[in-house]
Amino acid sequence: MDLRYTQAEQSFRTGLRTWLADTLPALPSKPSPNDWPGRRAYDTHWQRLLFDAGYAGVDWPVEGGGRGSSPVEQLIFKEELERAHAPYVGVNFVGLLHAGPTVIAEGTPEQRQRYLPPILRGDEVWCQGFSEPDAGSDLASLRTRAVRDGDEYVVTGSKIWTSHAEVADYCELLVRTGAEDSRHRGITWLILPMDSAGVEIRPLTTIAGSAEFAELFLDGVRIPVSNRVGDENDGWRVTMVTLSFERGTAFVGDLLEAIELLSKSVALAHRTGAWSDPGVRRQAGHLKAELDALWALTKRNVSQAARTGVPGIGGTVFKLAYTETRQKLGEFSLSLLGRAGLAAHDSEGLDGLGSLPAEAMVEDWLRGISLTIAAGTSQIQRNIVGERILGLPKEPIRGL
Amino acid sequence: MDFELTEFQSDLATGVRRLCEGRFALDTLRRAEGSDRVVERDGWRQLGGAGVFNLCLGEDTGGLGLGLADAALVFEELGRALVPGPLVASHLAAGLIEGADDGSVVVGLVERPSGGSGATASGGLAIPVVPVVPVVPVVIEHLADLDVLLAVSDEGVTSIEPSTLDATRMGRPMDPLTPLWSVSSLPAGTPVAGADVSARWRRDGAVLTAALQIGAAAWTTELAVEYAKERKQFGRPIGGFQAIKHLCADMVVRTEVARAAVHAAAVTVDQPDVGDALVAAAGAKLLADEAALANGRSCIQVHGGMGFTWEVPAHLAYKRARVLATQFGTDHELAQSLAQSLAQSLAQ
Ligand SMILES: Cc1cc2nc3c(=O)[nH]c(=O)nc-3n(C[C@H](O)[C@H](O)[C@H](O)COP(=O)(O)OP(=O)(O)OC[C@H]3O[C@@H](n4cnc5c(N)ncnc54)[C@H](O)[C@@H]3O)c2cc1C
Repeated sequence: MDLRYTQAEQSFRTGLRTWLADTLPALPSKPSPNDWPGRRAYDTHWQRLLFDAGYAGVDWPVEGGGRGSSPVEQLIFKEELERAHAPYVGVNFVGLLHAGPTVIAEGTPEQRQRYLPPILRGDEVWCQGFSEPDAGSDLASLRTRAVRDGDEYVVTGSKIWTSHAEVADYCELLVRTGAEDSRHRGITWLILPMDSAGVEIRPLTTIAGSAEFAELFLDGVRIPVSNRVGDENDGWRVTMVTLSFERGTAFVGDLLEAIELLSKSVALAHRTGAWSDPGVRRQAGHLKAELDALWALTKRNVSQAARTGVPGIGGTVFKLAYTETRQKLGEFSLSLLGRAGLAAHDSEGLDGLGSLPAEAMVEDWLRGISLTIAAGTSQIQRNIVGERILGLPKEPIRGL
Repeated sequence: MDFELTEFQSDLATGVRRLCEGRFALDTLRRAEGSDRVVERDGWRQLGGAGVFNLCLGEDTGGLGLGLADAALVFEELGRALVPGPLVASHLAAGLIEGADDGSVVVGLVERPSGGSGATASGGLAIPVVPVVPVVPVVIEHLADLDVLLAVSDEGVTSIEPSTLDATRMGRPMDPLTPLWSVSSLPAGTPVAGADVSARWRRDGAVLTAALQIGAAAWTTELAVEYAKERKQFGRPIGGFQAIKHLCADMVVRTEVARAAVHAAAVTVDQPDVGDALVAAAGAKLLADEAALANGRSCIQVHGGMGFTWEVPAHLAYKRARVLATQFGTDHELAQSLAQSLAQSLAQ
């Protein structure tokens, strides 16, 4: 067990740090949260800068056009970006972390050539059309139908919770090609151009009041068979292969942001006088222990990925623990604001020291609520730990 | 950076697990339940022979020259096996008290009330060996087994001859394998080490005690899962019910998070440039205590009525966890220390 970075790892960090220091001050100002075209432009511009500097796809293999960095370098990359307050991956999320890796692993040479470079350059944005109104946790029950017609699939159905759909060029789409009850044996993975005829996007407003995700209605949408990644009815496996790209770094930025939020909360508690309350200090101290432990667990998971090449089960354990700690932290920061925390609005403090950070803290608290739902709810994660790590009996599934 | 165990470290842990399974099987240990003496001298020397006490001593002083990270792995195994006795105290005393290193001398440790309670007295971050509460007498574990009792304070360490103490045996100790005595005051004793040693012991003691806790937390998880697979109700194994499955999943999560913290704290002691070892130790102990306590409790719950019997060993782990949770920082003291570290980094 060695927590010291090697010479090579340190020089990777130094180079990146220098580049960030040179690059970040020249960034345009951040668009407002509901200006989606503005956000797309901002996020993809940032991706282009990364690309030009050779930092696009640090976690992608060199064959895919990525940098092919080791898991430890990937960790350093995310750590340095967060510490420098660089822009988030934003609308590039699905392309860089999901669709891209899927095309690398399972796409044809033509598909790789067509789709990968624009993701890395920030030219094209992807979204994920997996969940459906009747297929969330039970994704394998999805019903969006694809019927083969010559060299096209004709797709009818609907998707939901599709993040960034409104600004996406492509959607990684899971469709039913097998019999109605074929579950994971009858699913196919398709590339849907979002400007296809028959695609309708209806934005959904989140509890934070932003149109972060959307409903997708597909009415006889024709998708070329050449847009299929993997074999027909093999889409479930294709999706699972993608997950094996995870190197334990999925939440690095998030976690470091949480550590910063804790110290902002401590500062706020000093300002309001709440810090003199041992109960408040106890909560803060406990959160510190949790966040430090999660940072250690991240290093453990990354090290395991570096050794074995596979992500292992650590990611599930991490997500369960992290998301709950993050929610506790959100509650803690909000409690310090008192009634100023009832609006996402920076009220002027009565101490003459400027405004109170309510907007950021309320936003963060709201967003935190989604963490135990998105990408597999905590209940489903607990099933996974119980069944796959501990070998407890599986959930009964109707029809299996 | 490679935070996985080296092959040597895995082998070390496996070796200690084998030793525990052979020499310290629970059924054997349990024969000492309720007695004044639970340290069996031959076994203690065997632990010494396996390096449990001299692991971190330099090779020039007859030790193995290993780090606290290696020791933490060893203590995780001892915790898992519920090996009783003043393991941490004897490990810390190795090199200072003759015979502690090879297990021929059994050493106990206590916080000296008059010297302040560590956390508060020194004003800085410090973890008391045991909490000092004004009305509560000094409680000493394993007194009848001790050859030497050491008292720690901010000023340093003093040695007390155990037989000179006017101690009362406490009836019905919670953990039947941790007999307890109480005394109203401690004699001055002979100074044996200075403030630097007490500071180091408080930190390293917290890490090693936390290691014992995660060992137990992992063991109670296994015990619960085994039972959840075996026991059937409503025509199926209870582990198929989510209420049980999720209790077990939470046990894993608590253990793994705490284990990462304990290992990181131990490594940080060995590699001081990677972080603040005292802060890491406090955080690790806090989470390890919680994991051991909550897992012990869940293990009993998963066992239903069986879990409430003396026979099923779930309660032993739970009770041991309670004892260890009072050593080297209680949850309150640790969380307050961590809060103080947050305030300090804010000031910087
Ligand atoms: C912010 C956000 C962004 C998202 N982005 C996308 C996206 O871009 N693309 C996409 O495809 N999807 C996306 N999702 C969807 C997400 O993956 C689903 O919300 C999630 O899988 C849960 O499905 P559901 O919402 O249908 O809830 P349900 O599955 O209906 O669950 C409802 C409740 O029942 C519980 N439950 C369900 N089954 C079980 C079980 N077997 N055992 C115990 N409890 C159970 C759940 O834990 C939950 O509490 C996003 C979600 C959020 C919140």
